[in-house]
Amino acid sequence: MIEIREVTKVYQMGEIEVHALRGASMDVAPGEWVAITGPSGSGKSTLMHIIGCLDTPTAGSYRLNDIEVSGLNDNQLAAVRNGQIGFVFQTFNLLPRATALQQVMLPMQYHRNGSRLPRAERIQRAREALELVGLGDRLRHRPTELSGGQQQRVAIARALAQQPSILLADEPTGNLDSKSGAEVMEILRNLHRERGLTVVMVTHDPKIAAQAQRIIHIQDGLVVDESEKVAL
Amino acid sequence: MITDTLESLQSALEGLITNKMRASLTMLGVVIGVAAVIALLSIGQGVQESITGSITGAGSNLLFVAPGSFQMGGVESPSGSAASMTYADALAIADPRYVPDAALVAPEFGMNTQVIFGSANLNAKVTGTTATYQPAFGLEVARGRFIIESDVNSRSAIAVLGSQAARDLFGGFDPLGQKIRVAIPGSGGGRVSLTVVGVLAPKGGSRASDPDNAILVPITTAQTKIFDGRNALGEPIVTTVNVEAASEERVDAVATQITALLLQRHGFGPDEEGDFSVVTQADLLVTVQQVTNILVVFLGAIAAISLLVGGIGIMNIMLVSVTERTREIGLRKAVGARKSDILVQFLLEAIVLSVIGGAIGIAVGVGIAKLVDASGVTQAVVSSQAILLAVSFSVAVGLFFGIYPANRAASLRPIEALRYE
Repeated sequence: MIEIREVTKVYQMGEIEVHALRGASMDVAPGEWVAITGPSGSGKSTLMHIIGCLDTPTAGSYRLNDIEVSGLNDNQLAAVRNGQIGFVFQTFNLLPRATALQQVMLPMQYHRNGSRLPRAERIQRAREALELVGLGDRLRHRPTELSGGQQQRVAIARALAQQPSILLADEPTGNLDSKSGAEVMEILRNLHRERGLTVVMVTHDPKIAAQAQRIIHIQDGLVVDESEKVAL
Repeated sequence: MITDTLESLQSALEGLITNKMRASLTMLGVVIGVAAVIALLSIGQGVQESITGSITGAGSNLLFVAPGSFQMGGVESPSGSAASMTYADALAIADPRYVPDAALVAPEFGMNTQVIFGSANLNAKVTGTTATYQPAFGLEVARGRFIIESDVNSRSAIAVLGSQAARDLFGGFDPLGQKIRVAIPGSGGGRVSLTVVGVLAPKGGSRASDPDNAILVPITTAQTKIFDGRNALGEPIVTTVNVEAASEERVDAVATQITALLLQRHGFGPDEEGDFSVVTQADLLVTVQQVTNILVVFLGAIAAISLLVGGIGIMNIMLVSVTERTREIGLRKAVGARKSDILVQFLLEAIVLSVIGGAIGIAVGVGIAKLVDASGVTQAVVSSQAILLAVSFSVAVGLFFGIYPANRAASLRPIEALRYE
């Protein structure tokens, strides 16, 4: 499902070149739950952004569902982000003034493949997504009226809105207290188990990583270790 | 396609409603710019039209002969400041042997003084003239009669009032047969009683030499009974001689004939400057337009500054909100928006703001213009060019500053836009 080969990413920070990725390779099979871990600055977030098509690799190959993503143009990338990937951010990234329902409907607004759903159906689907994350009673709430955990659950509902095959989560519990974090993890686990969603998650917390089926360890921009269900 | 557009429009509106402060501040910039330009340009044009209208309204065949020199583009010396034009000069101009192309000659001697009836007290210009004044200025008598030749010959103590002057002095009373009292300047309280024999029909338009506010008396009465209208030699003098040419084409010929006549009468050579001036309607119009053009340019400059300030207001709001909006754009791209989606959204937002702001601006600007017009301070003429200019500038500024930051942000990769601080 995801095939990454020798991907490098170089940032130009003024005079200095920063090598965030130095030739990372990894695979994710359909239906897998993978955690990517590594110390800060290891390049795990950069890798995640490339997987999520939010950033483009400097070199190397990235195939998503058998399509070479590095060869796509901006509009094709937008379609991939819209239809195939659901992305959950550490900082939630909700629109500051929109209601939960509006947040979840946002990706549907940019649907391109075939005709867009009628508005009523989009509302219905967004409502279902919010009910799935346990926020059926918070449809009209704005981010300021929601707790951190609730905001992240809205973000998960938004990631599910276009029924993607892959859910990417970048430190999904990083900004949450442990109770809210546990709730979010519970939702991800259910999505993986019951819906067969492929989940890729970045975390620096070994306890969170341990809940995945497989852990990919990154250091200095390289995949250094892959382990099936490491015992901690 | 249509439903797509409608829906984009709806989401643009939702976007604006969710951020009322930003939306209304941006709109305020458009409103101020548009309203200021429309109001100022309307007032400028109104002033120009009311002044030029009063000149052309008097009749296009008219010439004015006045003592002293009349400077083109400069300041006209007050009529009557030089005592170089005598009544005899006026009679000579009226003589067809000297000025064959003059149809009517109406000499005039007038000054400001106090006019009293009962408790009504008016400081007005009392103009002494002859019977020909009426046809020369196309005046109509509403009630009674105008000044006739025998009034001039016998220095009758009579007066003909303009419609507004009659209202000011008499209110609702019938002025005919009433006696008004006119103060003799410099006499220490001396007054002349004049019987009102006629009231003019309202004419409107002009303000400088407004026939509606006129108080007309026989010229001989003005020269001898009210004012001291004599020069050092004891000859009666005039402040202006109004001449109507036989036709519009003959205006220049009349001007030449009068100039030649007066140069000779006043003892100047044919190429000398002279101590009088002959001004045609066209000359007056050119001079006045030079003045009013300055006014229009001046008001236009203020309007341009208002537009600029409004534009800077729009720009500030748009640029200040760029941080928040860049992250919003990053997020929208992250969930699948194309660059074109972002641009359409911001374009629609800017259009909605500009259109609503422009509409409010037009309403406010036209309202101010109408208010000024109704207040009577000056005329205000709302022109479609002013509206077009104001709206197109504000819309251009609104669109440019609405789209330019959005375009920059929409060109970033999603993760760059999301991380924008």
